Amino acid sequence: MSQPRTLFAKVWDAHVVRAATADTPAVLYVDLHLLHEVTSPQAFSELRERGLRVRRPDLTVATVDHSTPTDGSPPDAQAAAQIGALTGSCREWSIPLYPVGDARQGIVHVVGPEQGFTQPGMTIVCGDSHTSTHGAFGALAFGIGTSQVAQVLATQCLLALPPLTFAVDIGGRLAEGVTAKDLVLALIARVGAAGATGHVFEYRGPAVEALSMEERMTVCNMSIEAGARAGMVAPDDTTFAYLEGRPQAPRGADWLRAMERWRALATDEGAAFDRRTSLDASGLEPMVTFGTSPGMAVPISGAVPEAEGRPALERALRYMGLTSGQRLAGHPIDVVFIGSCTNARLSDLRQAARVFEGRHVARGVRALVVPGSQKVKRDAEAEGLDRLFRAAGAEWREPGCSMCIAMNGDRLEPGQYAVSTSNRNFEGRQGSGGRTFLASPLTAAASAVTGAIADPRELLS
Amino acid sequence: MRLPVVRFAGRSAVLAADDVDTDQIIPARFLKGTRRDGLGAHLFADRADAPLGTGAAVLVAGRNFGCGSSREHAVWALMDHGFRAVVAPSFADIFFSNALQNGLVPVAAAPAVCGQLAVTPGATVTVDVEALRIGLPDASTAAFTLPRFARHCLLEGLDDLQFLLSQEPLVSAYEAKGGAFPEFRKG
Repeated sequence: MSQPRTLFAKVWDAHVVRAATADTPAVLYVDLHLLHEVTSPQAFSELRERGLRVRRPDLTVATVDHSTPTDGSPPDAQAAAQIGALTGSCREWSIPLYPVGDARQGIVHVVGPEQGFTQPGMTIVCGDSHTSTHGAFGALAFGIGTSQVAQVLATQCLLALPPLTFAVDIGGRLAEGVTAKDLVLALIARVGAAGATGHVFEYRGPAVEALSMEERMTVCNMSIEAGARAGMVAPDDTTFAYLEGRPQAPRGADWLRAMERWRALATDEGAAFDRRTSLDASGLEPMVTFGTSPGMAVPISGAVPEAEGRPALERALRYMGLTSGQRLAGHPIDVVFIGSCTNARLSDLRQAARVFEGRHVARGVRALVVPGSQKVKRDAEAEGLDRLFRAAGAEWREPGCSMCIAMNGDRLEPGQYAVSTSNRNFEGRQGSGGRTFLASPLTAAASAVTGAIADPRELLS
Repeated sequence: MRLPVVRFAGRSAVLAADDVDTDQIIPARFLKGTRRDGLGAHLFADRADAPLGTGAAVLVAGRNFGCGSSREHAVWALMDHGFRAVVAPSFADIFFSNALQNGLVPVAAAPAVCGQLAVTPGATVTVDVEALRIGLPDASTAAFTLPRFARHCLLEGLDDLQFLLSQEPLVSAYEAKGGAFPEFRKG
């Protein structure tokens, strides 16, 4: 009988091309390499400078998302040049690319799963820290820098030291009005922005098993905000039901063999983790951040904590224009952003629509709804969500990263307050001087119609 | 491919803050280029208290330096501005890796060491990759650690890609066996 292993260890072990030695890290094989326009041009340049080729274009997929306008306008000259660089490289090396105008284009972490590229047990990398999203399928998925993008393009491998494992046992069940976003914000608040550095989370327990795939993606997406390199959920029937029939998923006999293999990935009884924490989902409220790190979050009924003697918190509150003891609910806002690789899938938009239906965006508030992909956009429009958002006074946009990263023209003005469903409330993240409250799509929509940070539970009853 | 980094001395500059994320190191609006050079002009573009233009080679910062986005531009901007090392109590994983890929030395030093450096901006600091020690303003030295292979690459001026390319026979053998999921692997 072999030693019981974790989900992480099973995926890792299966991809070790050469084991680590005293002098060298492990050589780890990459099953799927996702590319986007911002972190790839310098990697392709490096390949050219060194006379190398793309080893496995068939295991590589590219899309454009970060700098593409979402209002239908053409990209600015610099963004166009960057998109042109990716387009040219993909053509040169026969890498599949989903450009603007392609029915499959969208945010890279929305596209991978919805096209069925993302599958259990894979190793997946991308030059983007939110690659952790794909761990929702029981893949080992993590963000890399551009030098490593070049390495994977050239060799389909990376050098890596094995991370530590961190079990997050989540019991209970989320209450009405409380979402996967609130769950992960509560976890980050508990663990801290650097609390899981060097670790890979495994999310487990009844509350996780009850989550849909899109909810699991929201949770895994923000693993990096606690410092974790990746977050994983063991594949189960929910995973298989999501995957079956997707364009890139195995079919027929392959599908049956795949499921058998995937079922065996779950952490063995008795496997040891380096660290553990547990959380009760039943006790959670909607969460909202008050500071400039995703870990600075409180329940929506709560107040800004005491900052005296805590320089990071003092600085954050100065930036945010908030004071200790101040209640967050009722704080006026200027913008609501519903989108990003965290919360721009169909179920997220449906949640927002529940709140917007029959209501209107408050006067003086600008609300943007940015679907995560062309497919999400089509599916939402087929349900009439676009009309519902527009009738409520919200803007319905083209897919892209948009105001999460503020590279494409969608951005906050200095001093503006936003409730955003994205993943980072860093200083200037959504635009120079902009101030971000991170929250769920329900809370964002409730805040949009209220004109201030609002508890969605009061509008859902 | 790279110049070896064995040891150097340089003046320090201090950014006494924890959780300095890569959006602060270089805001996203400066990521639309296609080159690695020229990014120093945008280093800490929105951070008024950043110690820029002092000619310092060693940046002293707080815990969890480089958290957030995976953008390697953060490392390129720091190096383009003239920094050759960052000394902090801890680093975010991706930044730490990106720094080493480029020969920027991430020195994870004890909090007391960082505290001493934080109150002596402009002091001369020696970073010795070979001995894995930094020389402090009071003439004492303190140890730091680097992954063994990363240290070797710094000292020899090698990079990960060269090593990975040398593993080609093993990679081909792994693929020939069908990889992780031989039953249904495509192609």
